[in-house]
Amino acid sequence: MIIMTNIMESLYNIRILDELAEKRTVIHNIHPLIKLLTTIAYVIITVSFGKYELSNLLPLLFYPIVIITLAEIPVIPILKRILVVLPFIIGIGVFNPLFDPEPMLVFLGLQISGGWVSFLSIIIKGFLTLLAALILISTTGMTWIASALRLLRIPRLFVLQLLLTYRYISVIMEEAGRTWNAYMLRAPGQQGVSFKISGPLAGQLLMRTYDRAQRVYQAMSLRGFIGEYNPGEVKKVTVKDCLFLGGWVAFFSVCRYINLPALIGSVVTGVMT
Amino acid sequence: MSHHIVDFIDTYFTYPDQTQAVKGITLCISHGESVAIVGANGAGKSSLLKLLTGICLPTKGEIRIGETPVTKKTLPIIRQKIGFTFQDPDDQLFMTTVYDDVAFGPRNYGIGEPEVEKRVMKALETVGAVHLKDRAPYKLSGGEKRAAAIAAVLSMEPDILVMDEPSAALDPRARRRLINLLRSFMHTKIVATHDLDMVLETCDRTIVLKEGKVVCDGSSTTILANEELLEQCGLEKPLALQNCPRCGAKKE
Amino acid sequence: MHMADALLSPVVGGTMWAATAGVAAYSIKKVQTDLDEQKIPLMGVMGAFVFAAQMINFTIPATGSSGHIGGGMLLAILLGPYAGFLTMASILTIQALFFADGGLLALGSNIFNLGFFTCFIAYPLIYKRILRNGYFSGRILTGAILAAILGLQLGAFSVVLETLLSGKTELPFSTFVMLMQPIHLAIGVVEGMVTAAIVGFVWKERPEIIEKAALGETLGSISIKKVLAVLTIVAVLTGGVFSWFASSNPDGLEWSMFKTSGVEELKAQDGIHQTLSSIQEKIAFLPDYSFKAKENETNTKATEAVAAAWPAVDAGTSVAGLVGALITLLFAGLIGLSIHLIKKRNNARAV
Ligand SMILES: Nc1ncnc2c1ncn2[C@@H]1O[C@H](COP(=O)(O)OP(=O)(O)O)[C@@H](O)[C@H]1O
Ligand SMILES: [Mg+2]
Repeated sequence: MIIMTNIMESLYNIRILDELAEKRTVIHNIHPLIKLLTTIAYVIITVSFGKYELSNLLPLLFYPIVIITLAEIPVIPILKRILVVLPFIIGIGVFNPLFDPEPMLVFLGLQISGGWVSFLSIIIKGFLTLLAALILISTTGMTWIASALRLLRIPRLFVLQLLLTYRYISVIMEEAGRTWNAYMLRAPGQQGVSFKISGPLAGQLLMRTYDRAQRVYQAMSLRGFIGEYNPGEVKKVTVKDCLFLGGWVAFFSVCRYINLPALIGSVVTGVMT
Repeated sequence: MSHHIVDFIDTYFTYPDQTQAVKGITLCISHGESVAIVGANGAGKSSLLKLLTGICLPTKGEIRIGETPVTKKTLPIIRQKIGFTFQDPDDQLFMTTVYDDVAFGPRNYGIGEPEVEKRVMKALETVGAVHLKDRAPYKLSGGEKRAAAIAAVLSMEPDILVMDEPSAALDPRARRRLINLLRSFMHTKIVATHDLDMVLETCDRTIVLKEGKVVCDGSSTTILANEELLEQCGLEKPLALQNCPRCGAKKE
Repeated sequence: MHMADALLSPVVGGTMWAATAGVAAYSIKKVQTDLDEQKIPLMGVMGAFVFAAQMINFTIPATGSSGHIGGGMLLAILLGPYAGFLTMASILTIQALFFADGGLLALGSNIFNLGFFTCFIAYPLIYKRILRNGYFSGRILTGAILAAILGLQLGAFSVVLETLLSGKTELPFSTFVMLMQPIHLAIGVVEGMVTAAIVGFVWKERPEIIEKAALGETLGSISIKKVLAVLTIVAVLTGGVFSWFASSNPDGLEWSMFKTSGVEELKAQDGIHQTLSSIQEKIAFLPDYSFKAKENETNTKATEAVAAAWPAVDAGTSVAGLVGALITLLFAGLIGLSIHLIKKRNNARAV
């Protein structure tokens, strides 16, 4: 059934990223806050490119390629995930060729309209930014992201709640699977889920979730929780970490202000003629 | 002045929906005792433990831990003395790594991070779970979860260890390890369970509950051999004390 | 519907982040003054519940529509607006990280679009008002459906505005609106019906869960005035933050907001662009800001021509650009390959 596959797929997706985050590579050892900041810089610079810029964007590929190989991240599951999400971006971007037919560049004698250029530009940007987010989580892991958030002065209350949600996703999803199975055993042969079942089906689950939340609260308060959460100490940012951030931001800036491919291209074609 | 570490004085408890779960229980437990609370489902074992830890407060009667009565005001003190493990370890392992979970209690009491680390490692060593420290709870087996949950309360260095059905849902090997672990604790132990074989191995004293009342309180070996009494309370004589099923010969 | 990084400009994305941060900070303050620490695990575990509930695709008979809930309305009903908003923020953060839903820059917009409008507009102004005199099944249904529809309509409209202000799409405003609003009407109906079914069921079985949520809300009735006041403060703050941001970057990120794309259809927005930039000029507290913005505006045409060597109707530069692009790609691939090989050898040696 769809629900079960949905649940299995989501859990699998989370677990695979969790497992990647447990590796110990140069990239994994970099301070979580530094990785978060580098990712933010990357995303901002990527989307700051003009809407007709294409070749300019390509050098930005260096970042994901270098990190992915250094961190030994398998490419296929990551690409798969992005392919699932890209359609929405494509759905909005695909209107650009329709509404912007003015020719913009000539390629092999073919006139290409501005709309196609900007459409392609959106897709590349979408690909790069989503890739950056997945790389961040698969080299850092949720626990360390949370500690980076603490360093950014995000209130502890929110960080704790974020961690709790993340922690209980697998527990509640498995419970959802069991509730679903119990339903299907008593109502076999039903196609799809009519919203009428949503009351009892999701409602049961919700009530059990509520009870669990109460037990979790009890467990927390038995161990001295009174509304404050102390996340412990986070490791210090080292010089190496700063160099990582500085180096990448410098590289991104170069990519942003100097059209490297055009430069290389004109040098190469200039030499050839 | 009482020298008991736990004192229930004619305690009653009724849930908001009017279920009377505990109906006039009086009992006392001394330092270093290992006590099993046994009884069928719904006998009131969990409710009794909830009263002991102050999760629920008695509707009538009094409970004392050492010199301190359990009231809303004294909860912080009470809770430092008692380590309670829940029936479902998933309720208790609420952090994203085992280490953070075991450190949660000590950190809440404002202990410095170096001392927290010492305590966490000591607790993990005690339960043999040091290698699990960076794991996410959902990746642990049932036995490992149980061990982590116990470490999470040991790190608070409690005087009394209270457990609700610790051997439920464990496979034989994990159960065996749990039993060995429990035997090695010098703490005052209070264990609610229907695993009577485990009781025989880990607890000197047994309290039998039925419908919210104490039916019997005494040495485990005597009580657990009393087939008639156990039957009345919806329990079964431990396998270790049953006659050989083939020849009917008595064990030992 | 999730907004995506690629459709946002840094300024719009950043502004939405600031707005979200403002609302979140306010909500945290509110939840904290509630002094009900029991609510924290409830928020956390309920977030996980919504995550699971989103997996279930429901079909609405006779309409042919099906979908899953977003959960914003359910969270507002169960936890109240403040805790509901924060929980929604957690869910969306996890989705952005683990499922690449939208991306990190767009996360601010997504939290705002899916959390703010449901929790702070639709819930107090519609749902609470309809159920003011107590819970009845009929009212739950009406309240949930109307509130879900309003929340999603506002959220969808917000997506339209953010995308257009970012200047990445050529979609005319009217077409975009005609595309987004009706789809979200259907989504809103599904959300409302499923939410009502869940709330109705739980209310019948365990009324205390629903009642407690309603009672625990110390500031249950949010007035429109308050909401507007918060919005204004957030807007002023974000304006301030971003004018500072702009002027502290001497070269200026190329703000697509200030770019006139030259395409007829986008003319309509110029009005908005101008107002926005004039507002930002007024609240700028670093003197050289307005100079910067003007310069940006006048120079965009020129810089675009210079900076973007490839996109220009000139066969010569196109060839150079193409060659350069290919070399870049090749080089990137080679770097990846060589790191991979070196790693492999090192690992082999280590073993
Ligand atoms: N949260 C609750 N609300 C109402 N009744 C409860 C609750 N928890 C337990 N009970 C009832 O209290 C009685 C004792 O339950 P419990 O202490 O859990 O027994 P045991 O742990 O021995 O199985 C049972 O009748 C049970 O149904
Ligand atoms: Mg029980």
